[in-house]
Amino acid sequence: MELDAKVPAGPIQDKWDQHRFDMKLVNPNNKRRFTVIIIGTGLAGASAAATLGELGYQVKAFTFHDSARRAHSIAAQGGINAAKNYRNDGDSVYRLFYDTVKGGDYRSREANVYRLAQVSNEIIDQCAAQGVPFAREYGGLLDNRSFGGAQVSRTFYARGQTGQQLLLGGYQAMERQVRTGAVQLYNRSEMLDVVTVDGRAVGVVVRDLLTGEVTSHAGHAVVLATGGYSNVFYLSTNAKNSNVTAIWRAHRKGALFANPCYTQIHPTCIPQSDEHQSKLTLMSESLRNDGRIWVPANPDDDRSPDQIPVDERDYYLERRYPAFGNLVPRDVASRNAKMMIDEGKGVGERHNGVYLDFNNSIDRLGSGAISSRYGNLFEMYERITGEDPYQIPMRIYPAPHYTMGGLWVDYNLSTSIPGLYAIGEANFSDHGANRLGASALMQGLADGYFVLPYTIGDYLAPLLGEQLLPADHEAFGEAEADVRGRVEGMLAVRGTRSVDWFHRELGKIMWDYCGMARSRPGLEKALSEIPALREEFLTDVRVLGENESLNQSLEKAGRVADFFELAELMCVDALHREESCGGHFRDEHQTEEGEALRDDDLFSYVAAWEFGGRGRPATLHKEDLHFEYVKLAQRSYK
Amino acid sequence: MDLTLRVWRQAGPDAPGGFETYQTADVNEGMSFLEMLDTLNERLIADGKEPIAFDSDCREGICGSCGIMIDGQAHGPQRGTATCQLHMRQYSDGDEIVVEPFRAAAFPIVKDLVVDRSALDRIMEAGGYITVPTGSAPDANLIPVPKEDAELSMDAAACIGCGACVAACPNGAANLFTGAKIGHLNLLPQGQPERYQRAQNMVDVMEEYFGSCSNHAECEIACPKNISIDFIARMNRDYLKSKFRNRKE
Repeated sequence: MELDAKVPAGPIQDKWDQHRFDMKLVNPNNKRRFTVIIIGTGLAGASAAATLGELGYQVKAFTFHDSARRAHSIAAQGGINAAKNYRNDGDSVYRLFYDTVKGGDYRSREANVYRLAQVSNEIIDQCAAQGVPFAREYGGLLDNRSFGGAQVSRTFYARGQTGQQLLLGGYQAMERQVRTGAVQLYNRSEMLDVVTVDGRAVGVVVRDLLTGEVTSHAGHAVVLATGGYSNVFYLSTNAKNSNVTAIWRAHRKGALFANPCYTQIHPTCIPQSDEHQSKLTLMSESLRNDGRIWVPANPDDDRSPDQIPVDERDYYLERRYPAFGNLVPRDVASRNAKMMIDEGKGVGERHNGVYLDFNNSIDRLGSGAISSRYGNLFEMYERITGEDPYQIPMRIYPAPHYTMGGLWVDYNLSTSIPGLYAIGEANFSDHGANRLGASALMQGLADGYFVLPYTIGDYLAPLLGEQLLPADHEAFGEAEADVRGRVEGMLAVRGTRSVDWFHRELGKIMWDYCGMARSRPGLEKALSEIPALREEFLTDVRVLGENESLNQSLEKAGRVADFFELAELMCVDALHREESCGGHFRDEHQTEEGEALRDDDLFSYVAAWEFGGRGRPATLHKEDLHFEYVKLAQRSYK
Repeated sequence: MDLTLRVWRQAGPDAPGGFETYQTADVNEGMSFLEMLDTLNERLIADGKEPIAFDSDCREGICGSCGIMIDGQAHGPQRGTATCQLHMRQYSDGDEIVVEPFRAAAFPIVKDLVVDRSALDRIMEAGGYITVPTGSAPDANLIPVPKEDAELSMDAAACIGCGACVAACPNGAANLFTGAKIGHLNLLPQGQPERYQRAQNMVDVMEEYFGSCSNHAECEIACPKNISIDFIARMNRDYLKSKFRNRKE
């Protein structure tokens, strides 16, 4: 298969403008003749549904939640980047582009990232006009804060609930289209297969989670906006129901899966407290603006933090990275925390955290100022841990948070299946091997509001007059039968162990061998353990109840089955990438100082995997990355 | 700690329901309330019994999926806390806890502790937005918003749409939910052009599905985001004004 990213020719700053002019348009009166299916109603899905509905397309949007507003974008805390340069501190589209490519450790596609930086400003305009209550200065203008990996203040925020407010903006815009009839919204409906005919996406198969009914929906194009797959680790900051099924099913139908091993381990999460823990909670990266990270210099120091004098503390980020200090990018911060804990300097009862200390900031600014910036986060921390972070430093530890990998897409956000698009975290395109803070919200909204609505028209225009496939077409019949077979198969096992038990076990393997640090022996071990555990899952899982009513174990079982297959591909990808870059750290490839060591000669490409079929290995396709504007360098935040 | 749970079980929307009693062991104080239920469910599955169905997703108190009546209180005893953020350190050994779904005529039971809250989306569709087609926005700093207004608007916008206000209300009213959204948008300059139409449309749809407010203020106590009933007063003011402003000859 030839991988053509379809990047337009010309200087990088003109590519998108020229491409927008070159793309075919659909006449306003003809747009209603096209049906677009959108799966997922998070930032990317809701913004795309709203925008396509406004344009006049007929949109069918699906969410497995009870309401579109529950999508996990809602939990993003810190903020959204844009190149407004409202601070007059030297920001520009070019700098945001440059920082993002560098932050991604030079493993992203330049043209996509440049476009992302270009539309970032329009996103802020759009959201402010929608009534997103961004933080303001006393003069009424927008406020900014700093985030990791940048030396300018370009992050817009709404307290610690930026994702919530941006999602509500998109959700509300979509609900407006629901009211007009342009968008048909199906809740508690889970997509379980993509249907293709002659290599093109023509619809989806969906299961109604309340009745178990399996139905088909035809569309001229299908858009997957289903988020990331961090829950392969079981414990992650993702919501309990976040899963890989939609994109994995598309992968099985022929869509290439790019860079599955690029996972982001977020440095500031609350450490695990016991074995029953169901998920990990993120504490926004913005806390690193005012909090200082440290561990006791002496591993045997069991004193309470306030008893440890300053000269017996190791502020290891400030020591090792004086230029960026506590604001180094996420991958660097996480890896350093792991190093400290591996050296036995971990704090807390389980010795599984490092301190994030606000004492200096409270002395300098007063607790009122700290409370106005982070009050809700401090409260959340205290509810979970029972400790007051105004008095005792927070304990934090890295946790799986975001997946840079996802379905391979070209410049138009089309997967390798024509008519099938992937937007937001579900695609791989913009963050390379490491995503910078406050860039996920930017990308989700860029794709949904400002990129896909243009590029999808270019695909649809030549299809004018083409009828939707009838619901009784044999392609739908086959896909439905396959879905029913899978569902009934899960119920028929009647084994001895719960779905969650298997999910936890899978998560442990992935965290130990495909987590923050990876090695050949570890990955090989994982690749022998995962298929064995999967086999056990398929023959011994216990799913009680029936298909015909709400059955949460049954929903989970299908998702975990797909996580098993994904987990193997992640390990294969991690094993093949004999370098360290961003979130992918191979023990064998590091500098003398323990930093990630890239191999640009051999690995400056996107690894796009083609599904091999049952029991057969996936096939690797490479998209070479060319850097014409950003100078390849070993990243330095010192 | 060992607890006695009395949990509402109901197989489906039309099935009869009733309380089942469960003893839990191995509950520790660091667990969240939902993790306690997870642990119970694991045991039920091991015993061959169907686990208790309940909604939850983010488990960070922001998505609004979870919501359980705990000892008769929506989201349980802790102020400003969603069910998923309630931790077992609030309880002690030997406690008996009654666990029910959110109770409201507008929230029919789906199964066990899961209810259908889609009536809240109907209110949103009626006007819970500012009409601004993608691409038509002016530069963000062209619309200054006084900081105080932005802060107050954000207080209202913090609503997570969980429906605790409805469940806590003796009348099953959704005035705090609707008031919060109207307050969020109507406090901002961007929200002014549609202000009175919004108030009228949203309130009218709200009244189709939900009961009437009689100022018990139970909603404010139950709200996991501490949203003030002041926003109900603001909504009432805008609704009343709308009756004059929107009058058509």
